[in-house]
Amino acid sequence: MSLRPTTTSLATVLAPRAKPRPLLVRLLLNPLGALSVGFLLIVAAAGAFAPLLSPVDPNFTDLAATNAAPFSDGHPLGGDSSGRDVLSRLLYGTRETMLACVIVLAVSMAFGVVGGLIAGYYRGRVETVLEFVADTIMTLPGLVLLIALYALTGPNMVAAMFVFGIIIAPNFFRLVRAVVVSVRNELYVDAAKVVGLSDLRIVGRHILWAVRGPIVIQSAFVAAAGISIQAGVDFLGLGDPSKPSWGVVLQDSFRSIFRNPVAIVWPSLLISLAILALVLLGNALRDVLQAAGSAHPLSSSRRRQLAREAQPAPADSRSSDSVLAIRNLRVGYPSGQNTVRAVLHGVDFDLRRGEIHGLVGESGSGKSQVAFSILGILPKEAVVLSGSIWLDGADLLRDKAALRAARGTRIGYIPQEPMSNLDPSFTIGDQLIYGLRAARKMSKSEARKRVLTLLDRVGIVDSQRVMKMYPHEISGGMAQRVLICGAVAPDPDIIIADEPTTALDVTVQAEVLELLRELSRERGLAMILVTHNLGVVADLCESVSVMQGGEIVERGSVDEIFREAKNPYTRDLLESSRAVELLEVES
Amino acid sequence: MLLTLLTRLARSLGVFLLVTIVTFSLMYSNGPGVARATLGLSATEEDVQRRMVELGLDRPLLIQYLDWLGGVFTGNLGNSFFTGEAVTSALANRVPVTLSLTIATVLITIVISVLAGVAAAYYGGWIDRVVQFFASIGAAVPPFIVAVILVFAFAVSTPLFPATGYVRPAESVTGWLTSITLPVIALLVGSIAGGAAQIRGAVLDALSRDFVRTLRARGLSERAVVLRHVLRTASGPGLIAFGLIMIGLLGGALFVELVFALPGIGQLAVLSATAGDVPMVMGGVLSIIVIVLVVNFLADFSNALLNPKARAR
Repeated sequence: MSLRPTTTSLATVLAPRAKPRPLLVRLLLNPLGALSVGFLLIVAAAGAFAPLLSPVDPNFTDLAATNAAPFSDGHPLGGDSSGRDVLSRLLYGTRETMLACVIVLAVSMAFGVVGGLIAGYYRGRVETVLEFVADTIMTLPGLVLLIALYALTGPNMVAAMFVFGIIIAPNFFRLVRAVVVSVRNELYVDAAKVVGLSDLRIVGRHILWAVRGPIVIQSAFVAAAGISIQAGVDFLGLGDPSKPSWGVVLQDSFRSIFRNPVAIVWPSLLISLAILALVLLGNALRDVLQAAGSAHPLSSSRRRQLAREAQPAPADSRSSDSVLAIRNLRVGYPSGQNTVRAVLHGVDFDLRRGEIHGLVGESGSGKSQVAFSILGILPKEAVVLSGSIWLDGADLLRDKAALRAARGTRIGYIPQEPMSNLDPSFTIGDQLIYGLRAARKMSKSEARKRVLTLLDRVGIVDSQRVMKMYPHEISGGMAQRVLICGAVAPDPDIIIADEPTTALDVTVQAEVLELLRELSRERGLAMILVTHNLGVVADLCESVSVMQGGEIVERGSVDEIFREAKNPYTRDLLESSRAVELLEVES
Repeated sequence: MLLTLLTRLARSLGVFLLVTIVTFSLMYSNGPGVARATLGLSATEEDVQRRMVELGLDRPLLIQYLDWLGGVFTGNLGNSFFTGEAVTSALANRVPVTLSLTIATVLITIVISVLAGVAAAYYGGWIDRVVQFFASIGAAVPPFIVAVILVFAFAVSTPLFPATGYVRPAESVTGWLTSITLPVIALLVGSIAGGAAQIRGAVLDALSRDFVRTLRARGLSERAVVLRHVLRTASGPGLIAFGLIMIGLLGGALFVELVFALPGIGQLAVLSATAGDVPMVMGGVLSIIVIVLVVNFLADFSNALLNPKARAR
């Protein structure tokens, strides 16, 4: 592979490689993140310095200030129903809220993270038991347990938040378990095991490192839930009335809502904003921590602009004897808000009537992208940057009506993975008949007859019975025959087969290839066979195109290419497939 | 099929025993405390002892629990410590109130959040951003704040709806509707937010399935792909999500019943807890747990019905 030419990127604007900035900087660059952090810092400072900031003692009653309006003498936010200063009570209440958050976070992390680490690392029965416990806790309304607890302890914030920490621990448990299971299967933990690190050090060093991001994000949401539940419990009257807290202030103001309606504004606002700030902080953290590597959303204005700029190929560029012609096809994927990285760099391709054409290349070379482009089934985020796909004088990339009319009817599609390409909720017969009638106008009984005949033809024994089966009841080889039947049933003249045998057993592979060859001959089908296997190409195809790095690097008849490949990459491919064959012969 | 049914029933029963044992022990483990709460602060040690014997609190905890558990099946859950009212008759009056409140909310939630969630997942773009924005705000604001704001806005400032009180549908259907309108809205804010986010996720997941691509390639119309196959695939996770939302609503109902003075189980449980009326609290807890288990069972079971693989077993 050393001779591979460097790929030239035709991407419109290449994404600049951003240097990773520290987490806090990235968080503060996110507007909502900065706003939330600012607000929470102010609230925390207000709680910490409550004794300095409060005008009076939070429990001092001044009868003259009973239900006092805001901004009245010495009471910036007014007085409550017993003449206590609302601002002082909220400031001191902030301390209770902060303490509640600390308890909830500490308890839920202690149980959830440790449980998740154990379950994910050791799996087996431990995991089953812990999962059952977590599931059970999650299905319970936590408040019910808190009410039962109240009967035992009376108003006791610490105990209530401890119990709530346990109730919400499954959130951490599920998250950590899932991350650990995936990390555990990754190579570096295996490598650490080989090197001989102890279990404890593997967990500590590798897994905790991988799991820290999700834990930080989840903490923001758990803290928000903690504030909500603490205020809620106090609001229900299950809190300690002698201690000022946000919930107690809210409860008091709600009781006198008809005499002093404005008073409910302050505690409601404070509670809502604090919770909202934590939720937005969690969202911002998720954006910042998990954005790298995940899909970039292309701004919709940029997407429209790219669609406008996409040039069709000139109409006279198609050759006369081809049923399907692709000209200068370029497809890209978003790599940032305004940038697109191209994965196909101007593909030209012709399919002649009745020909079986192999499209070969290693994974990632863009061969499936070509197949998906023809059928208009590229993933939603893909962008067609230029080119045309001609079928009977219509450009399928632009003429949506022609594309809809061609799908299924003119062009059939055989996917790679048979099992995941059948809808598990419908019977085989249902899917085939419905699919056939979507492509060709015919009655249900006609469609049924045609499907039955064809199921027999593709080698399915007892087709009547198979029609009534669900996908999970048949084997992979049978499923692939069903999918071939689905593609061929509407009598198309082109079949696109995307690695049709890769997922099958070796013996079944040969049968399916033979079936494709026979069907092509019987029905005069032209076929694009996408594959990485040159053996399949030699067996089945007349001509072949070799793809590498999003371009077709060589094309010709199978004989030519196998005899004297011109392109070094093609020679590499031939070389390695011969080596594999030799290995198979020797073993 | 029968096996699925039986294992799920057994599981529900196990959870029922586990939860009732935990809550019962929490409430009854401090016998003298329970007895003292019914007597007031001036009670002497002898009064407390006498009261404990009267109420049967001097017996071992396990015996008390088994006695209570027997009562669950014979329909005798004891009487209120204060009013002497039978717990079962109090529950019979109050369960329908809570159920009508939560079921009405769930039904509206299903309609709105399915529409919003499917639109957000399928169209993406600005629709998705709007739905996600309201979903994160709606999920953030606790139900009691929404309830308080609604009372402030409607009942106090512009008295369109009664702020408090409940009218039974048997007395007046319109009276009943107006009395539960504000409470239902208070609950809807959070449940629609949660439901829309869940449905959006389930639909996105379904849209990314391989067979959706194959069905499109086979010539099916977008309408058929989404309505027939994508929604069908998303319905399983959606059902589970709505089950969990219904359960969350029982917690929210606690607040809403208190704010709007609706005589439901939540109000009963909270007021009895503050008063120290332990049998009533236990009755409220029991009915909530039973509703939770029934909802869970139905969600699980209908999910199994939707899945041909589980159906065959």
